[in-house]
Amino acid sequence: MGASQSTESNLTAGIQRHLSKIVVAPSFAASLFFVYGFILWTGYMAFSKSRMLPVWDWAGLRQYERLWQMERWHVAIENLLIFGGLFIVTCLVIGCLLAVLLDQRIRAEGALRTIFLYPMALSFIVTGTVWKWLLNPGLGLESMMHDLGWTSFEFDWLVNSDMAIYTVVIAAVWQASGFVMAMFLAALRGVDQDIIRAAYMDGASLPRIYFGIIIPSIRPVFLSAIVVLAHLAVKSFDLVIALTGGGPGYSSDLPATFMYTMAFQRNQLGVGAASAMMMLATVMAIIVPYLYSELRGGKKNG
Amino acid sequence: MADIQTYSHDAGWKHTVLRGLLYLVLILFAAYYLFPLIVMISTSLKSLDEIREGSLISLPRVVTFDAWNYAWNEACVGVECTGIKIYFWNSVKMAVPAVLISTFLGAINGYALTKWRFKGANIVFALLLFGCFIPFQVVLLPMSQVLGKLGLASSTAGLVMVHVVYGLCFTTLFFRNYYVSIPDELVKAATIDGAGFFTIFWRIILPISTPIIVVSVIWQFTQIWNDFLFGASFASGANAPMTVALNNIVNTTTGVKQYNVDMAAALLTGLPTLLVYVLAGKYFVRGLTAGSVKG
Repeated sequence: MGASQSTESNLTAGIQRHLSKIVVAPSFAASLFFVYGFILWTGYMAFSKSRMLPVWDWAGLRQYERLWQMERWHVAIENLLIFGGLFIVTCLVIGCLLAVLLDQRIRAEGALRTIFLYPMALSFIVTGTVWKWLLNPGLGLESMMHDLGWTSFEFDWLVNSDMAIYTVVIAAVWQASGFVMAMFLAALRGVDQDIIRAAYMDGASLPRIYFGIIIPSIRPVFLSAIVVLAHLAVKSFDLVIALTGGGPGYSSDLPATFMYTMAFQRNQLGVGAASAMMMLATVMAIIVPYLYSELRGGKKNG
Repeated sequence: MADIQTYSHDAGWKHTVLRGLLYLVLILFAAYYLFPLIVMISTSLKSLDEIREGSLISLPRVVTFDAWNYAWNEACVGVECTGIKIYFWNSVKMAVPAVLISTFLGAINGYALTKWRFKGANIVFALLLFGCFIPFQVVLLPMSQVLGKLGLASSTAGLVMVHVVYGLCFTTLFFRNYYVSIPDELVKAATIDGAGFFTIFWRIILPISTPIIVVSVIWQFTQIWNDFLFGASFASGANAPMTVALNNIVNTTTGVKQYNVDMAAALLTGLPTLLVYVLAGKYFVRGLTAGSVKG
């Protein structure tokens, strides 16, 4: 009796163990197909002769050669470096500054935090639409400055092909800097108070406490923020579409908009796939070492 | 926290001046973040004549909701002049099922991966997690072919599928990290009492999951509502979500440019996620930082 009961419970336990796998299986299968399978698929497409329609004929590195011969791709890469660099640095500076300022026992801190962070809840299309209106040379900030008496004020970046990419930086910083502030603020609150108090007792001034103790101790958050922002920058698509449409001409194209144009508007599937693979490689180069160090660090701590 | 009040060596007037400066800088930044929103609202309440005459910062002399009405009921998206309302409902029909399905799957995955660990569970999780980081450009071309083959091209159902598939990694991450900190004894005790996999999930795990469910729902809703890339790639025309419709309205080159209508449409598009943010900001921030800050 006792023996049969225990086999029975072993059996149920066995099914229960399998249930766990069965439950995860659909998600895992979906991920294998839609993530890994699709990456291989796109990877293959980049080696094929695909133009208007996907074909399986092998073309070797032909699509990559064509990609790197395109002036437009070089513009997109250069823009990504300008945009990514300025976006990351400005967000870090503003985010860090705001976090430090908010960390001073501010009255209405909650309200200010809400105000600094709300743009992050908006769609990039909404952000692009409003900044397009603000930066509009005829009726936007330019005419506002004229009305205020500064008649020589000129601001035509939105329609100036040398400057259009900087308008994307302006709008993107507005949207994402509050998020960086939130990350830093959380980290500042976690800094050991005893060390700060000890330094203060030793006569260290507040700037010295910040630059000598607090900022070095939250260095990991800088790394996290840079990774998140770089990731956002490479994926930036909607904002460019809504704000400049990649224009004037293709002067404010980024790799993401380049890929979309090639794949869906120019009938260049192969080149589109090749550019997508380049984007994937860029993101992986940022994310993989970061995740690796995070996971390893996690094991060490745990 | 290291603030001037506690950690300042100089007292008196210098301290007061510093405090004043601090508030001034913070208020200036608050103005910078609020400025676009205020301009958006004020422009949407003006008539077109007033926009042309007046200045960006001037408040509307005559408040009119015509632009809101026009944006909702009449604005042209492409050749269809049905207003943004049908696209609003498209987005609702897309977001609600996608959010619910992906959150549910994330919950059960997280539960299975932490409380009923099988061999290789960590590898499965790591492989799932990878999907959070890929640039979606790399799946666009295969996805459009697969959706075509499944007969889901340009449909809301197709978009729901896409958002579930690529939202799974985030929801699984949220729930897994939440369940890791729940003691295994809770599940073990219930197993001894004879409760099975699903009974424990429904009776014990789900009732204590409310905070992480809120985080997941908010995160997924914001992501899906704000998505443009998938919407523009897979659902053009009458099934397009609201962000795609907004972009069409704003970038229409025909006719007189109606800035007030653009702003009203933009506000209507942003309103649902803003509302969620104002009502549940704490959970919104938790979702944002879940993947980036440990602990």
